[in-house]
Amino acid sequence: MTILISLIPFLPLFGFIILGLGCRSIPKRVASFLGPGTIISSFILSIIALSDYLASGIPHPTSFHLAPWLSFGGFSAGFDFLIDPLSILMMLIITGVGFIIHVYSIGYMSHDEGFNRFFAYMNLFIFFMLILVMGANYVVMFIGWEGVGLCSYLLIGFWFKNQQFNNAAKKAFIMNRIGDLGFLLGIFLIFTNFKSFNYVNVFDLAKTMAPGSGTMIAITLLLFIGAVGKSAQIPLYTWLPDAMAGPTPVSALIHAATMVTAGVYMVARSSVLYVLAPATMEVIGLASLATMFLAAAIAIFQNDIKKVLAYSTISQLGYMFLALSVGAFTGAMFHLMTHAFFKALLFLGAGSVIHAMEGEQDIRKMGGLKNALPKTYWTFLVGTLAIAGLPPLSGFFSKDEILAHVFSAGQSMWIITVAVTMMTAFYMFRLLFLTFYGNYRGNNHPQSRLHESPSVMTVPLMVLAFLAAICGFLNIPELMGGKGILKEFLAPVFADAVKLSQVQHLLVPERREWFNIVLVIFLVLLMAFRAYRRFGLRDAGHEMRDAGSKSVFIRLAEKKFYVDEMYDTVFVKPVLKLSEGLHRFVEIKFIDRIVDGTGNTIIKFSNIIRYIQAGNVGVYLFFMIIGIILILFFNIIL
Amino acid sequence: MLTLILIVLPLLVSISLFFVRNERWARNLALTTALVEFGISIAALVQYFLYCHCQLLFRFEWLANYGISLKFGMDGLSMLMTLLTTFLVSIIIFSSFTQKVARSSTFYSLIILMQAGLVGVFTAFDGMVFYIFWELTLIPAYFIAAYWGGENRIRITLKFFAYTFSGSLLMLVAIIFLYFRTPLPHSFDHIWLYANNLNPAEQVWIFLAFFIAFAIKVPVFPFHTWQPDTYVTAPYSGSMLLGGLMSKMGLFGMIRWMIPITYPVLNRTDGLFIIFPLVGIVYASLIAIRQDDLKRFVAYTSIAHLGLVAAGAMALNSQAMQGAMIQMVSHGINIVGLFIIIQYIEARTKTTSIRELGGIALKAPRLAVCFMIILLGSVALPLTNGFVGEFLILLGLFKYYWLYEADAGLTIIFSAVYMLRKYQRVMLGNTNTVTESFTDLSFKEMIPLVAILIMVLWIGIAPGMFMQLAENGVGQIIGIIR
Repeated sequence: MTILISLIPFLPLFGFIILGLGCRSIPKRVASFLGPGTIISSFILSIIALSDYLASGIPHPTSFHLAPWLSFGGFSAGFDFLIDPLSILMMLIITGVGFIIHVYSIGYMSHDEGFNRFFAYMNLFIFFMLILVMGANYVVMFIGWEGVGLCSYLLIGFWFKNQQFNNAAKKAFIMNRIGDLGFLLGIFLIFTNFKSFNYVNVFDLAKTMAPGSGTMIAITLLLFIGAVGKSAQIPLYTWLPDAMAGPTPVSALIHAATMVTAGVYMVARSSVLYVLAPATMEVIGLASLATMFLAAAIAIFQNDIKKVLAYSTISQLGYMFLALSVGAFTGAMFHLMTHAFFKALLFLGAGSVIHAMEGEQDIRKMGGLKNALPKTYWTFLVGTLAIAGLPPLSGFFSKDEILAHVFSAGQSMWIITVAVTMMTAFYMFRLLFLTFYGNYRGNNHPQSRLHESPSVMTVPLMVLAFLAAICGFLNIPELMGGKGILKEFLAPVFADAVKLSQVQHLLVPERREWFNIVLVIFLVLLMAFRAYRRFGLRDAGHEMRDAGSKSVFIRLAEKKFYVDEMYDTVFVKPVLKLSEGLHRFVEIKFIDRIVDGTGNTIIKFSNIIRYIQAGNVGVYLFFMIIGIILILFFNIIL
Repeated sequence: MLTLILIVLPLLVSISLFFVRNERWARNLALTTALVEFGISIAALVQYFLYCHCQLLFRFEWLANYGISLKFGMDGLSMLMTLLTTFLVSIIIFSSFTQKVARSSTFYSLIILMQAGLVGVFTAFDGMVFYIFWELTLIPAYFIAAYWGGENRIRITLKFFAYTFSGSLLMLVAIIFLYFRTPLPHSFDHIWLYANNLNPAEQVWIFLAFFIAFAIKVPVFPFHTWQPDTYVTAPYSGSMLLGGLMSKMGLFGMIRWMIPITYPVLNRTDGLFIIFPLVGIVYASLIAIRQDDLKRFVAYTSIAHLGLVAAGAMALNSQAMQGAMIQMVSHGINIVGLFIIIQYIEARTKTTSIRELGGIALKAPRLAVCFMIILLGSVALPLTNGFVGEFLILLGLFKYYWLYEADAGLTIIFSAVYMLRKYQRVMLGNTNTVTESFTDLSFKEMIPLVAILIMVLWIGIAPGMFMQLAENGVGQIIGIIR
């Protein structure tokens, strides 16, 4: 069994090696078979792992040691894997969504000369992502953690002729690395305190510690810095919108469904540590509220179809962290899963639109695409309804679970969350209406050339739409008479954390809960209606009319609150200046001058005795060495 | 016995190479010697693991009256460094074949002489013999840079020579002084030198002498200003020898000699001296960001990376020191790889100025992949060689003092910044007039790079053997400190 399970990450690695080595010789047909082929094999093996887990009477996690890696002074961090409900869930999402997106890419990338290279990178990404979630210790998680960052870099800058794309790729890697330093420090602190990197050992020891200790807060905060970088939260979120430079399937897979959720997974995995650090939980709560609000505000005013979805992703990741911060670990994982489906769907739908528009991404120049792209439209509609949180689609259930937890943890947080839910509905329906409704506004691209994508692209859309529609039923809350299958499945993972949790929950009467649900649905519908009124009926001349009346807030939001510019002035430019200044003034004019000065003084001094000696370097050296020998000689004799 | 052969064989070949007039023969003889040496060091490795990690000792009473003996041996540390030396010298010689070298018999004679000196330094267990080989390496290094170098070579190499030589003199004085503080009968044997009875004040002076000598050689900030100029002006083979191997002499000297002899000073000063390399990491990284010349850029990254190694060596715990040993090997491999790539680029474009390059990946995907993998090693991505050493060093520094680790850890961010910047400027984007007719690597050019890539991944994925060698060697040093 362990052999089969250890094949799960290594099949995609195998695919990467073959496709990478044969980058230029393998025909596209073989690559489009091999690329998705390895992923579906891993998916099937993941299902086997799931059924194996469920079948084993009393379900218990399996862990196994594949090979030694780092070992020093009696300690070791090997290639260890842990298969428990949490990792199985992640494996299924990664390989499942990964496979669908691979298939879609066959169509989307079909005209690209880097076809094989693309699938090689995508396979490598799946490998690292699986390593990340399957690892049984923090060092193996770190392999995946950095590895997915590398793949993200390679895929954002996939079209490397364009230096702007390369800048985006570099920015993503560097911002992630800032987080990674925090993560690494967290790992070191874990090791110095628990003398192990292994989850099981660390958590077992941690359980015995008093909650709220300084070490625990430091560990969790440092790990959270890593999550902030990887999952694009304030203040390290600005790389994600830029990351949209990559091919759209990449945005769907890496920058929406999987990699960016690694931070959520990590916190959920370390739930035992986090519940013991209430202060950290509060920090996460505040950071996530700020992130989800800011990102949603920016999303409302973006005109690039992928940028809207990128800010939406940042905002939805904020939801997940908010859920974690109130101890709703299952809720976070549930939303992670539903989000993976509907956000992948939305991105792939956007890709289909961009494909039809031959590269155009500005929604102001779209409109009325509903008739030309019926399949894309219907699936995109499902995605929009799901993310907006309308029943009975998946987003409704996962958002409801988070909202219910947040409500019982604090009403002011709940109000902000509901506001963000309304904003989400607004910007998503705005996107939907501007793209698919009203009149066609594209002036560079004649309407007659619009075409629906081939079925290799639309079938994945339909599959994802189906999943996005129904996967909410996996976790119907008890309030509505559900059993919470996912909750039960994940229960053993979070059992300790729930037991140790410090979060005070109010008991909310059932009536109030129902009232909240209906209220949120009503507000979402209101937002959809408002969006329809404003954007649903647009024709070409509409843009002019709303130009005049913009408040300061809108202007700021349109410019993304100038955060990029601020980082540029505060960090990037000073570092570059410092780099040049250090070289020019400290290095050359100070340190080196002292060195040269010392040397020159000696040379000047030697010029005086030059008359006595021959005056060339060779002779000096000769006498030097003679001198050494003499010194040595006398010293030994005396 | 193998240890002795490793030193004597290249000495003999080096002398005979002077008399080989046929240039083709000369370089083939040099490569053969390097490969034979590599084979012997592999044999030594096998012997090391077969026979219970004994030291493969060779000992000959040379000047018994003065307590000097030709004592060579191989513990884990020597084994690692010898393997690195013989491996890299083979690579360096092979990669030089793609270029035309004037007076090649002398050139290869000097490289082989350098190898003899390096192996001597890494295997000597007698202080005076160590010093002799230490100086022996300077001669070929100086001549290679001074005769086959580029612009301003005389002025720059003189500075290099004078600077490092004055450091060595300090070390010589220190070794001789130590000799008189060894238990009777005085000896230069390392065990005697370790067992010195210096008083605290003397310890400080001896420490300073060693520290400065080694810091110049590495080089550690602020003793580094000879290095960028020298790397730029030296021919590629010379830069590789300097950056890949000679810099390791200083670090090795710290671990083998300075720390066991004067560790009380490091303990008493409570990490004061670690601040030099720590400052160097940030300082050199920052400067590297804006360098335009590729060789100078690599020179500054080297100061940053080796600063981390020096800091690890001086943190006086087994993790950091073990990491330092691994990182010395990794850095040697990576820097030689980078220099080979720059060499290939300059051979095609006649320039090393980043401003003039761009878009090479479009024309030379093989080169792009090799460059990328070595780059990943340099930025210490997990599963590459750079990560193993850096992880252990940072972990050790963290145990020493968390703020030191936080500073040294900045290398994780900075290395990504400067490496990706340069890669982007050189390899990505569109081609220009300089890079338009860039040709991809030939099979012959691939060979040394592939060997390097194998090492990058081997140490990164399965570092077990290297870690064990480092652990065995470091264990003894740590044992002395405790």
